Amino acid sequence: MFTAMFGAVEQGIIYAIMALGVYLTFRVLDFPDLTVDGSFVTGAATAATMIVLGYHPIVASLVALLAGFIAGCITGILHTKGNINPLLAGIIMMIGLYSVNLRIMGLSTENATSLPNVPLLNSETIFAKFAKIWEPLGIDSFINNIVAGLGAQTLPQTWGNLFMMIVVTLVIKLIVDWFLKTEIGLAIRATGDNKRMIRSFSANTDNLIILGVGLSNALVAFSGALIAQYSKYSDATMGIGMITVGLASVIIGEAIFGTKSIMRTTLAVIVGAMIYRIVLAIALRVPFLDASDMKLITAVIVILALIVPQAIEKQKQKKRKAKRLQARV
Amino acid sequence: MLKLEGITKIFNEGTPDEKVALNHINLHLKPGDFVTVIGSNGAGKSTMMNMISGVLTPDVGKVWIDGKDVTNLPEYKRSRYIGRVFQDPMAGTAPSMTIEENLAIAYARNSSRTLRLGVNRERRDFFRTALEKLHLNLENRLNAKVGLLSGGERQALSLLMATFTKPSILLLDEHTAALDPSRAELITNLTKQLVEENQLTTLMVTHNMQQAIDLGNRLIMMDKGQIILEVNEDQKPNLTIPDLMAEFERIRGEKMATDRTLLG
Repeated sequence: MFTAMFGAVEQGIIYAIMALGVYLTFRVLDFPDLTVDGSFVTGAATAATMIVLGYHPIVASLVALLAGFIAGCITGILHTKGNINPLLAGIIMMIGLYSVNLRIMGLSTENATSLPNVPLLNSETIFAKFAKIWEPLGIDSFINNIVAGLGAQTLPQTWGNLFMMIVVTLVIKLIVDWFLKTEIGLAIRATGDNKRMIRSFSANTDNLIILGVGLSNALVAFSGALIAQYSKYSDATMGIGMITVGLASVIIGEAIFGTKSIMRTTLAVIVGAMIYRIVLAIALRVPFLDASDMKLITAVIVILALIVPQAIEKQKQKKRKAKRLQARV
Repeated sequence: MLKLEGITKIFNEGTPDEKVALNHINLHLKPGDFVTVIGSNGAGKSTMMNMISGVLTPDVGKVWIDGKDVTNLPEYKRSRYIGRVFQDPMAGTAPSMTIEENLAIAYARNSSRTLRLGVNRERRDFFRTALEKLHLNLENRLNAKVGLLSGGERQALSLLMATFTKPSILLLDEHTAALDPSRAELITNLTKQLVEENQLTTLMVTHNMQQAIDLGNRLIMMDKGQIILEVNEDQKPNLTIPDLMAEFERIRGEKMATDRTLLG
């Protein structure tokens, strides 16, 4: 149980970067961007292929980020310059990227032009590189001693992945927080809030939308690149339903922690992504549910995340009303 | 400062719904001019404002601002020179952002936007001083979300945001029409104060004849896409509502149409 939860938290914090990307489009820009399902795999495919070809995993991950940025910009251009509905522009890109991703993975070997997956079993991933620095420090045995002392039976192999991802994700969170407070960031937020207003203050909303959707997909692809290295493979279908996962993380986080300020909301989104993974891990332990039911479970979690806060709010209002009535009597 | 040259705009040309919204409009504002525009619904007032701000482009004619031909400049490029306040108090501000963030957006109008922080200590002081002029206590609520403000407060903030960067032209499109009388009066007084302080060249559309007479140094009356009456600086101080009504009847040979124009 502990190992399953530990894995869920590890994955959750990597997926949190993707959720931050989804937050940028869905909440900040008010742009329902479905490119995510494709650009997540684009990131994974690009990183996996480059690592197989011998590039440093950090370089590979950054190129993946760039690839996602370009994909997002194209979605933004389709919407703003081509006047295509945002949902449709995202779906078009998602479909188109599927073939692009197969081609990218095909570059990993000379025998095929396109490939549905790239394994990274014996490759130097960013996690393997970090482990080389981490393991000699002896922190693992130190923490494991404490955890074992608390009564845990099974212990995780390493705490290094978790440590590294907490740092990476927090740094990205701080960059996002800062960016949304810069002049350009403020203009992007205003574009999602009131387009007419921001145009009257000499901002080109088209360019801001393209930039915003590009940055969002850059984060999504970066998250995909890390997930590929974490799970040691890239697969053409790993992006299916990614947008719902991102949305679930955003909604769960916001429902629990609120949206008082940008800094608080981005933190909420990260924790939301982790909670989502934990809920998923628990659900998969229900005896009659199978790993292939994961997408259905995802759908149900999103539905619950959307409906439960409303129900709670209604219940609260009822209570308040009852209280007021009582006070009058 | 602002020059409209033979502006004509026809909507739905060549269909049964064809409407001549503007018919060869010529208008020239000198620096510091404050021109009020009156006219009944459909007279072309809003279309003229949209021509100046770049929301619409004319079929024929040219728009000049500061001696530059801006006829083909898109809206977002022109808005460097033009401050605008809309009729809808919700239209001029971003509701989910704070007061200081809204002001920072307005402050960045003149220069290109960069990765500098929108609000720093120096700017916050500047915003606070600017807000103090409104006497609405907004200077102590810099971090309040604008969506929480009342319509009057939002319109006052919009007015400040439109004016405090000293744009070449200020366009006010019935900006007091959606407010209750006491709030409207507050905004009217603020308008007067801010325009005088910053010496802004202003064009104000209004339905309220008294407001059109009280404010500004010139007045124009529009009807059916044309400017039918121009009152200059020398005549304006002695102008009364009955004068305007009589003029309209003399020119058009009919009574002025709507109650709304009268009572505002």
